[in-house]
Amino acid sequence: MQDIITLDYGSGGLKTAQLIDQILVPAFANTALSQLGDGAVLPALEGPPVFSTDSFVVTPWCFPGGDIGKLAVCGTVNDLCMAGGEPKYLSFSLILEEGFPLDDLRAIVASAAAAAREAGVQIVTGDTKVVERGRGDGIYINTAGVGVLRAPGLGRDALRQGDIVLVSGSVGCHGAAVLMARGGLPCEGTLLSDCRPLHRLSAAALAAGGVRLLRDPTRGGVATTLNEFVEGSPLCIELEEDAIPVDGPVAAACALLGLDPLYAACEGRLLAVCAPETAPAVLAALRALPGGEGAAAIGRVTAARPGQVVLRNSLGGSRILGKLTGAQLPRIC
Amino acid sequence: MPLSEAAFRRPANAAALVGAIRSLTDGARPLRIMEICGTHTMAIAQAGLRGLLAPGVQLLSGPGCPVCVTPAGAIDAVLALSERPGVIIASYGDLLRVPGSVRGDSLLRRRALGARVLTVYSPMDALEAARADPAAEVVFLGVGFETTAPGTAACLLAAAEEDIRNFSVLCLLKRTEPVLRALAAAPDFAVDGLLCPGHVAAITGAETFAFLPGEYGLPAVVSGFEAGDILYSVWRLAKMRAEGRPALENEYTRLVRPAGNPAAKAAVARVFQPADSVWRGLGEIPASGLAIRAAFAPWDAARKFGFAPGAGTETPGCRCGAVLRGVCAPRDCPLFGRVCTPADPVGPCMVSSEGACAAAWKYADGI
Repeated sequence: MQDIITLDYGSGGLKTAQLIDQILVPAFANTALSQLGDGAVLPALEGPPVFSTDSFVVTPWCFPGGDIGKLAVCGTVNDLCMAGGEPKYLSFSLILEEGFPLDDLRAIVASAAAAAREAGVQIVTGDTKVVERGRGDGIYINTAGVGVLRAPGLGRDALRQGDIVLVSGSVGCHGAAVLMARGGLPCEGTLLSDCRPLHRLSAAALAAGGVRLLRDPTRGGVATTLNEFVEGSPLCIELEEDAIPVDGPVAAACALLGLDPLYAACEGRLLAVCAPETAPAVLAALRALPGGEGAAAIGRVTAARPGQVVLRNSLGGSRILGKLTGAQLPRIC
Repeated sequence: MPLSEAAFRRPANAAALVGAIRSLTDGARPLRIMEICGTHTMAIAQAGLRGLLAPGVQLLSGPGCPVCVTPAGAIDAVLALSERPGVIIASYGDLLRVPGSVRGDSLLRRRALGARVLTVYSPMDALEAARADPAAEVVFLGVGFETTAPGTAACLLAAAEEDIRNFSVLCLLKRTEPVLRALAAAPDFAVDGLLCPGHVAAITGAETFAFLPGEYGLPAVVSGFEAGDILYSVWRLAKMRAEGRPALENEYTRLVRPAGNPAAKAAVARVFQPADSVWRGLGEIPASGLAIRAAFAPWDAARKFGFAPGAGTETPGCRCGAVLRGVCAPRDCPLFGRVCTPADPVGPCMVSSEGACAAAWKYADGI
């Protein structure tokens, strides 16, 4: 008989303790967590703290290239990195639905632990709640994270005309992989989520110099994120459509589902806007690292159409690239 | 070597094609071309072709988006059906946001309020949902043109074969030829050539569009969906007008045969028969829809649930009907971009991602 989560696991009693002692603590092993206090007591940081949080509700919880555990760690780690921080500590909170298999939970926790090791962060505190069957979608995870600020002054206010827009690899991989997995659709080639921690890529980009702004284009994709860079400002971003990397399987999946890869989520890519003088060095630094091999310069900051993102193609055509409106819905034909 | 769509997306001779089109056209007497497929609408907007070819060429979007032409009354009836106990509505994604007569009231909203609405990629997914939940009544919304009709027919044949009685199809399928005839015969029709839908032609055969030059003197090119396909087709249409020789050409030879797909046509003919059908903005057009044959009555949701769509009410000021006939550009509608945007759409042409208004808003092509 399969072991499953029951309401007892959320009672705060014996079963909760079992869950913590047998699954969570061994996987996340570190001294701060093993104290099991109401909160973790951490050493002083050697700079201003950076703080972020994110919640994860992905369906299906396991997808090609990752699962909700890996995603929950990478998501918050990446938010800290994009704010110019070096990630240090995470919290990890679970909301589980009655009936969720314990083996699946073990797999998710193991995957979160592996991602934390890769990103060099410690999971130092957490929480577990259980909701009745039908009141949740199997598993939800919230993580919050603290890092130390390494690159002050990043942000849209730092953008200047002539700056170069870089992306660290193919856009849309995560969104396309999850949607194909959700529909149970077979796909040609290898379509994997790009889910990965961005700490090495962001550190390398910052070290190369001249970086104005870093963002990971998650929900809403590259198109929506770039719009947020210039919205309400006198600046415009002009993109070269044919320079934007889109892996073959992503393009095929998006064509099949009627989606635009520029609006599909990434979970392991960064967008960097940097000074024109340093752009080649930043690009080279990204390309030298795993997960950055496909980095490309995709456009520049201008004043052509203030507040808007413009996409130009090699045919000579151009159009405005707006923000995502609502959820992308698969088309009929 | 297999043909690569990429070769058609950014063809090496694009500049020469654009030059050839420009040399044959003139802004004082623009070449007005109508496309009647939502995928063409999107492809044109995504590649920015409208701006690239202006002012000598005007690209107009006809009634090619199946969501846009589904009348408000039908949506109202679907929304009512979704409230019946035990009913699961299974639909392609882009129908979920379409409002009926009440602005903002859609399947998406009804689902948020508790109705059981399932997004499917294929009618077979809906049939599977019926197999998996015998206590539920699964109703698949069969919308689309000749492209989606064969899949819907195959699904009905499978349901009949397995005798799955808790599954039915609400058939809102449309036919291309009757609406094109209705448009071409209308007094305000001012189009110089047709960009014919390649995917429809893959089923029906390129020859089904021969009546356009034959009976109406209209140049017609069956076209693929990459920017290169469309540029080439526009060039052929420009050349035909310049030479005064309207004909039917097939640009999409990598997919479209003169007689189409006989197996798909046979499945459609077995399950469906032509029926009069109401088009949003255009009204009732004889034999322009498909109805489920009596032999498949147990799987016909219209019979099963006494589906009787009312007239529905369109929002005053909304010019979707005129947009669909190619006599009003989206930007000339008084509601466009003011009260009607993709985030809060009034008319169906703004709701569907394939709609002419949504494409015009989203891509603002021609800048």
